[in-house]
Amino acid sequence: MNDRFSQLRLEGVSRAYGSTVALANMNLTVGNGEFVALLGPSGCGKTTALNCLAGLLPLTSGTITMDDRRIDLLPPERRGFGMVFQNYALFPHLSVYRNVAFGLQMRKVRRAEVRRRVSATLELVQLADHAGKRPGQLSGGQQQRVAIARAVVVEPQLVLMDEPLSNLDAKLRRDMRVELRRLHRELGLTTIYVTHDQEEALSLVDRLVVLRDGQIQQVGSPEEVYRRPANAFVAGFMGYRNMLPMTATPAEAAGGELRLSGLGLSLTGLGHVQGPVIAAIRPDDIDLGERDGNCIEGVVEEAQFEGREYELLVRTAAETVLHVRTHRHTTLGERVRLGIARDRIMVYPAGPDESPEQDSAEPLPVQAP
Amino acid sequence: MTLSETPVASEAIAGPERRSLRHRLADRGVDRLLLLSLPASLFVLVFFIYPSIYGVVLSFRPLKPVGAFGNYTHFFGDPFLRGSIVNTFRIALPAAIFNVLAAIPLAVVMRGAVKGQRIINTILVIPISLGTVLVADGLLNYLGPNGWFNRVLMAAGLIGHPLQLLHNQWGVMLSLVITGFPFAFLLTLSYISGIDPKMESAAATLGAGPWRQFWHVTLPLLVPGLAITFCLSFVLAFSVFPSATMLGNPNGDSHVLAVAAANTAFQQYDFPMASTISVIAAAIELLVIGAVLGLRSRFYAGTTTGKG
Repeated sequence: MNDRFSQLRLEGVSRAYGSTVALANMNLTVGNGEFVALLGPSGCGKTTALNCLAGLLPLTSGTITMDDRRIDLLPPERRGFGMVFQNYALFPHLSVYRNVAFGLQMRKVRRAEVRRRVSATLELVQLADHAGKRPGQLSGGQQQRVAIARAVVVEPQLVLMDEPLSNLDAKLRRDMRVELRRLHRELGLTTIYVTHDQEEALSLVDRLVVLRDGQIQQVGSPEEVYRRPANAFVAGFMGYRNMLPMTATPAEAAGGELRLSGLGLSLTGLGHVQGPVIAAIRPDDIDLGERDGNCIEGVVEEAQFEGREYELLVRTAAETVLHVRTHRHTTLGERVRLGIARDRIMVYPAGPDESPEQDSAEPLPVQAP
Repeated sequence: MTLSETPVASEAIAGPERRSLRHRLADRGVDRLLLLSLPASLFVLVFFIYPSIYGVVLSFRPLKPVGAFGNYTHFFGDPFLRGSIVNTFRIALPAAIFNVLAAIPLAVVMRGAVKGQRIINTILVIPISLGTVLVADGLLNYLGPNGWFNRVLMAAGLIGHPLQLLHNQWGVMLSLVITGFPFAFLLTLSYISGIDPKMESAAATLGAGPWRQFWHVTLPLLVPGLAITFCLSFVLAFSVFPSATMLGNPNGDSHVLAVAAANTAFQQYDFPMASTISVIAAAIELLVIGAVLGLRSRFYAGTTTGKG
């Protein structure tokens, strides 16, 4: 079963529901053993992409190939991929053991071999003691692990995970992340992981694919996507909560230095764009005190203690509110000077399409002057 | 356990105010909304429980002085009366089984978003609303020796002479299928709709083709629902009366328990004997339901959503 492929290629993969395009012309190559996350807000097409890969949804156009074998026309049962569903989709009428054994039985594996592999896999997910129980008798985290065991026991060429941790509480989610990394390391299974949680994606995977409205925005390592978001959307999604509409003019000095003005601020950044831009800044990248000649004065309007750090809202003279994270204790109403390293200001051309899209749960980062 | 041992209880007693009736009832595990069921309970008591008990008692009071069990011994001693049990089973059992089995594939197909679903559902529900008498009347013409059914088959050269589909068990069974199938279908559809299709997707990704998805996942989860559907279909078919008299041969192979009871009551005016037949019919139904539900309890009957 486990004939290892070297490359999984998605070429021009599209999926439309009537006139709504859920996934548009997706091109992606995944190498063997890679741990890739499809990341984006709900409705970005990440689950559609996963279902297309699993064979649960037919493609509207495009091809999926494994090395030279075309697989997008195969029904799911003939693709041999393991899938972990968001709500687990365990078989409630079967014991944990038989849930995990299901895939092996479908493959007509000999009984002794089934027993050996199921036991080994249950050991791996630390559920050996629960083999005889029904899924309904397990906690959420245990059910989750059964779902993972059921998917990996057949040693699939590809494991697909659809927001597998979204139903767990925060602590369990952290523990399971460690588990998932360990499983991936120990089994070396190529994994495609769908999530809307950027923190989860950053901590888990080797490569991130950020999606929006069915289109790939950026592909890169967690560090790349976190430090150098490809556009304003990705920046907003990766926690650049200060999205400042400003105007950029190249400085006289060479080296891609930019003068950014607007919102009553004047900053120096790096980049090659001109005209209206979005300057994206992470709250953590703003320091108290001047930095690289960048200095913003403001008043602490809100201070939230978050354990290790304080999350501040600082209002400038021109009524712009900035999100700032700092170790230093400040008092409400205190006048502060903020600085930003010039290479920590991400400058993106402002355009209708590049406008930051914030999570509705979060407040808008900037109040226009 | 005495009251003084539980601080809550002693506090409640010590409290200066008398607590509301609602709280005092709640302490005894009674929701006062239960009082709303009083009229319905009364209704059931007056119009169902009392007549049932009356009927049972009546069945032990034969018209002739033949002892308390006289009616029962008479029923089982008379081949014609006794035979009505067999007749009823021979009509009701195949009809109920057919209705349930035929409902499964249709429910599987109709479970997703099928085009024209509402039209098909409407067509299927019409027979229920028409009533058995109208359906029987229609069948009387349609299935008769000169009806469309036989004429078409003869014209097609499939049969040499008209099939005898009326005034025997076939006619009754056909009518039971037409009126009973939509009921079984709707019930099955609601059960199958409760099964999370993600589980079949999961089975598919694990290597199960459509047939094995159904056999290993859908069907086991559907069995408890099918058991209930069968029980209700069977009970409906078991009490067949109008179609048995109109389409069947009520003095021959369609002399079912309901016909036997009606004839005894309204032609011989032997109400105790009619009660006896009704009691026997009820006992048989309960036995069958008990057996089916007993089998059902050996299957998984919990949540069908893939998440405990």
